[in-house]
Amino acid sequence: MTDFISANLPYLLGGISVGGQYALISIGYTMVYGILRLINFAHGDIFTVAGFFMVYMSATMPLYISLPLTIVLTVALGFGVERVAYKPLRQAPRMSVMISAIGVSYLLQNLMWYVTGGLAKQYPTVPFISGTVTVYTATTKMVTLVTPILTFVLVLALVQLINHTKIGMAMRAVSKDFETAKLMGIKIDRVISVTFIIGSFLAAVGSILYFTNYTAVTPTVGAMPGLKAFVAAVFGGIGSIPGAVIGAFIIGISENIIKALGLTTFSDAFTFALLIFILIFKPSGLFGEDDNEKV
Amino acid sequence: MLEVNNLQVRYGGIKALKGISFKVEKGQIVTLIGANGAGKSTTLRTIAGLVSPAGGTVVYEGEDITGKDAQKIVEKGISMVPEGRRVFPNLTVLENLKIGAYLRKDAAGILETADYVYEMFPRLKERSWQMAGTLSGGEQQMLAVGRALMARPKIMMMDEPSLGLAPLVVRDIFEIIKRVAQEGITVLLIEQNANAALRAADYGYVMETGLITLEGTGAELLDNPQVRDAYLGQARKKRKKPAELTDLSE
Repeated sequence: MTDFISANLPYLLGGISVGGQYALISIGYTMVYGILRLINFAHGDIFTVAGFFMVYMSATMPLYISLPLTIVLTVALGFGVERVAYKPLRQAPRMSVMISAIGVSYLLQNLMWYVTGGLAKQYPTVPFISGTVTVYTATTKMVTLVTPILTFVLVLALVQLINHTKIGMAMRAVSKDFETAKLMGIKIDRVISVTFIIGSFLAAVGSILYFTNYTAVTPTVGAMPGLKAFVAAVFGGIGSIPGAVIGAFIIGISENIIKALGLTTFSDAFTFALLIFILIFKPSGLFGEDDNEKV
Repeated sequence: MLEVNNLQVRYGGIKALKGISFKVEKGQIVTLIGANGAGKSTTLRTIAGLVSPAGGTVVYEGEDITGKDAQKIVEKGISMVPEGRRVFPNLTVLENLKIGAYLRKDAAGILETADYVYEMFPRLKERSWQMAGTLSGGEQQMLAVGRALMARPKIMMMDEPSLGLAPLVVRDIFEIIKRVAQEGITVLLIEQNANAALRAADYGYVMETGLITLEGTGAELLDNPQVRDAYLGQARKKRKKPAELTDLSE
């Protein structure tokens, strides 16, 4: 029994941790979809860029500046992308906005190649969360324990914001009916901006937690967690925040269980097989709503 | 109070409004009636700032508000009850009311207005914590009116409030419209239920394919043979197509 636990505990912890990181990214996908009905393909790249912000900021600045600055810059990037690439297309067909999102995604990726020269950059060590800790028999990085706790706190705060503040109420209203929201005097563009700011903020936090587990950042390294977070959002029911979080944890933990079974090669395949499975059997996801309007 | 002059709207190449002019006097119930596609909704949506006009002006209390943002229009005191009620189904009844007062900053005043709306519609008070999506059609219409009242408007525009409601409920809705008017709020109402609308209205306009073709007091229009023919379902034998109505605007 003890052997069983000590053999599997690291995987479980790893799964919970990576699940939390996926959760922080997937909220950005799901919230933007909830309001704009747009899959923001650039979101995964914003997550990666956040990694590079951290690399370059921490090279010249102490951590207590570089860490918040990374978050601020990522938020500014998310906000800027929306203003430049999505806002001018507000009246355009949804397909145009989606193509614009794909364009932004490639633009960011190529900018990263350009700036880094394609070389892997060493990710800085963040004290405390990079430190090691022993849980029962498993030795792991502190970040493994910090991630689920921080994720929980942030999600709780976000849910409070959405359910109990004026801007949250406006977000819920806009997600249902743009035009009527306008008639109430809600500034749609502002609500959309706030959505991107929240999404990018969480992606930045997720990025710091995620890359702490790795030694280096490359322009493409964020693609996989970005995609998996997207699958998590679809799995949970895109548009639903609790859905995205639960989906992310399920995917994170499942992947690690598969690794524990010695099937590491299939852990990524599992996630995408899950996507196909959901799209066939329950396209609305775990908590997604089927839009029923009362006539 | 509200004056529309030669208002024109185009959707792509199609002229939805071909230059309409009308006035809404303070304290009155004014109605625009007409068939589907006559441009009634477009008129309201243009005044509300959801559609930008191709020409003409909208003057409200002496100020040109043509083409202003929807938000500015609400701020100035023109609220709209949209077609199909459009309550936010994922918000509670109380939240729907609060969101109607989105631009107001006086928290205490907002609750006061909510109480006033609840007094007007006790049924809404009973359902205060229910999601608006679970209300019946009639209740949703009350909520849509209550939500518009929350902004403390001077003019309330209503787009087909009786649409899709049971006849008994329709009667209630027209009672509500009269009560809103008694509260000193000017009402601009558009309706397909021409009979009920003209009975409630002080003044009415008849719209037809983007033009105003007739106008008069509610009683005058009710008596007008052309209106009776085309919109009130009387004199069935000699029913003319609306297109044959005399065009007053020419």
